[in-house]
Amino acid sequence: MFDERITIFTGHFGSGKTEVAVNYARQTARAGKKTAIVDLDIVNPFFRTADVRSGLEAEGIRVITPVYANTNVDVPSLPAEISTMFEDRSYSVIFDVGGDDLGARAVSRYRDQIVREDYIHYFVVNTRRPMTRTPEEIIRMILEIQDSAGLKVDKLVNNANMLGESTPELLAEASEILGVVSDRLSIPVGFISGMEEVLSSYEGDRGIERLYMKKNIRLPWELP
Amino acid sequence: MGEKILMKGNEVIAEAALRAGCRHYFGYPITPQTEIAHYFAKKMPQYGGTFIQAESEVAAMNMVYGAASAGARVMTSSSSPGISLKQEAISYAACAELPAVIVNIMRAGPGLGGILAAQSDYFQATKGGGHGDYRMVVLAPSSVQELYELVVEAFNIADRYRTLCMIMGDGMLGQMMEAVEFKDKEDIYQADKSWAVTGTEMKRDHNIITSIYIDPEVLEKHNLKLQEKYRKIAENETRVEAYNCDGADVIVAAYGTVARIIKNVIKTAEKEGIKVGLIRPITLWPFPAAAFEKYAEVPQAFLTVEMSSGQMVEDVRLAVNGKRPVHFLGRMGGMIPTQKEILEKIREILK
Repeated sequence: MFDERITIFTGHFGSGKTEVAVNYARQTARAGKKTAIVDLDIVNPFFRTADVRSGLEAEGIRVITPVYANTNVDVPSLPAEISTMFEDRSYSVIFDVGGDDLGARAVSRYRDQIVREDYIHYFVVNTRRPMTRTPEEIIRMILEIQDSAGLKVDKLVNNANMLGESTPELLAEASEILGVVSDRLSIPVGFISGMEEVLSSYEGDRGIERLYMKKNIRLPWELP
Repeated sequence: MGEKILMKGNEVIAEAALRAGCRHYFGYPITPQTEIAHYFAKKMPQYGGTFIQAESEVAAMNMVYGAASAGARVMTSSSSPGISLKQEAISYAACAELPAVIVNIMRAGPGLGGILAAQSDYFQATKGGGHGDYRMVVLAPSSVQELYELVVEAFNIADRYRTLCMIMGDGMLGQMMEAVEFKDKEDIYQADKSWAVTGTEMKRDHNIITSIYIDPEVLEKHNLKLQEKYRKIAENETRVEAYNCDGADVIVAAYGTVARIIKNVIKTAEKEGIKVGLIRPITLWPFPAAAFEKYAEVPQAFLTVEMSSGQMVEDVRLAVNGKRPVHFLGRMGGMIPTQKEILEKIREILK
C-alpha cells in the first residue's frame, strides 16, 4: 500500500469508498508523502470527502472537491484544479470516485492521463450491501465499473462492515466471497479495511495487508 | 428474521415497497431521493413490475391514480419541490379514495431551495397541500429499520381505508446508511378491491372512480363520507413514541432525524441532572395530541425542535392547550440543529 503515485478507489455506492480513501490518504501523509485527495463523487450528495476537508487540511493533505460539493446545488461539475495533479508529480494523489458505473464515469475523463502514470485501481467491496452480496453480483459490478471508468481493476478491498454493528466475522464471510471473485477474474485482494477495534480482532487472512481505519464520516446525532 | 444488511434509507424504501407487493412505481428524479428510482429501475424488471420515469411529477402522480384505480399497489416518490408539483393529482386521488403511497424525502425550501435535509413540508403534508377538504396519513420514521417497517405499513393502511399514505423523511434519513433486518414474510393486508376498475366482462355493473360530483348535495355527502373515514383513521392509526417523559423537567417534541439527536441530548442532559423527555410523533397526521395531553402538566415546559421555522410546534401548542409554555428551536436551509445548541436552549428554559 501507499506505493503508487496515483491511487483510485471505485466501488458500489455505499461500499465505504470515502471512508477508505480518507483513511488511506491520512496514512499516506503520515508516511511522509506529500498527499492530495480528490473527491470525484458526482453522484452522492451527502457524506463525502468535503465533509472532512478541514481535518485533512490540518494534517497537510490537499483536498480537491467538486465546485459545489456540500452546498445547496447539485451540479456535477469538476474543478480544473484536478488537472494540476497530473502536472505536479510531487504529490501522491488519492481519487475517491462516486459509486457504481455512473460515478465511475467521472474518472474516465482523466483516463488517458492516469494510464501514463504509476497508478493502482482498487475496487472497494462491502458484501453486506445489496447488489454486491454474491460473487456473481460483485463480478457484474466490477465489469460495469471497468467499462465506465475505462480502467481495469487491479486489486480488491475487503471492506465488509455494518457501521456500528461490524464484526470480524463479517470480514471472514467476505473473505470467502472475494476469494471466489479473485479466482474467476484473477484480481487479488489488495488489503482488508476496517475500524481499528474490529479489524484488530480479525484473525484470518494474515498474509494480506490491512488498513486500520478511524471513523471520519459522521451522522448528525454523532456530532456534539 | 433474515440476515442484517447495510442499506441507505432510499434503497430501503424501494425494497420495502417491493416486499409489500408494490409492483408499480412512477416517478421523476430529484435529489435527495433519486436512489429510490435507481433501486426500482434495477429491481422492478426482476419482479415483472412497472418502472416508469414520467415526463413530470404531476404525470407520475396521475399514473399512480390510474394504477390505484385498477386495484394495484402503487407508489411514487419525490422531494419537496416535486411534491408541490404533484398536489393537483394528490387532491384528485384523495377525492376518488384511491389507496397509494407517496414518499417525500424533504429538502430545504421554499422554491427550488437546496438539496440538504429539512422538515419544512409539515404544513403541506398535514394541512392540505392540495385543495379541498382531504387528509392523508403521514408517517415519519426516524431510522432506516423503522423506514422499512412503516413503508410496509403505509401500503396496508392505504388499502385498509382507501386512502393516500405519505412517508415523510428528511434528506438525512434518505441518504444515511444503517443496518436493517428484513422479515422473511411481510404481513400484507388483503383488501377487498371489488370497487376497482378492472373490466366487467359484461357480468356486473361498471365501477366508477371519479373526483367530480356535479350535484352539490351529492358532493357534500361524499365529503361527509370522507370526513367519517378520516375520523376513523384518527381513532385507529395514531402512532407515537413517548420516551423518558415521566417526571421530565422538559419534554421535547421532535420527529425524524431531529428525534435521533434528542435521544443523545437526553443522555448528556442526564449527566447535568436535567431530565429530558421526548414525544416523537410517528404519525404527523393523525397528530398524537393525546400523548401531549397526557403529559401536559408533567414538565416545566415543552420544547419543539424542527428543521423548519416552526410548523409542528403549532400542533404541539394546540395539544398542550396553554397548560405549559411551548418553546421552539428551529434550523432552516439544510442546517441541522446540534446537540449543543439544543442543550443550551433547554438550560435557558429551565433558568
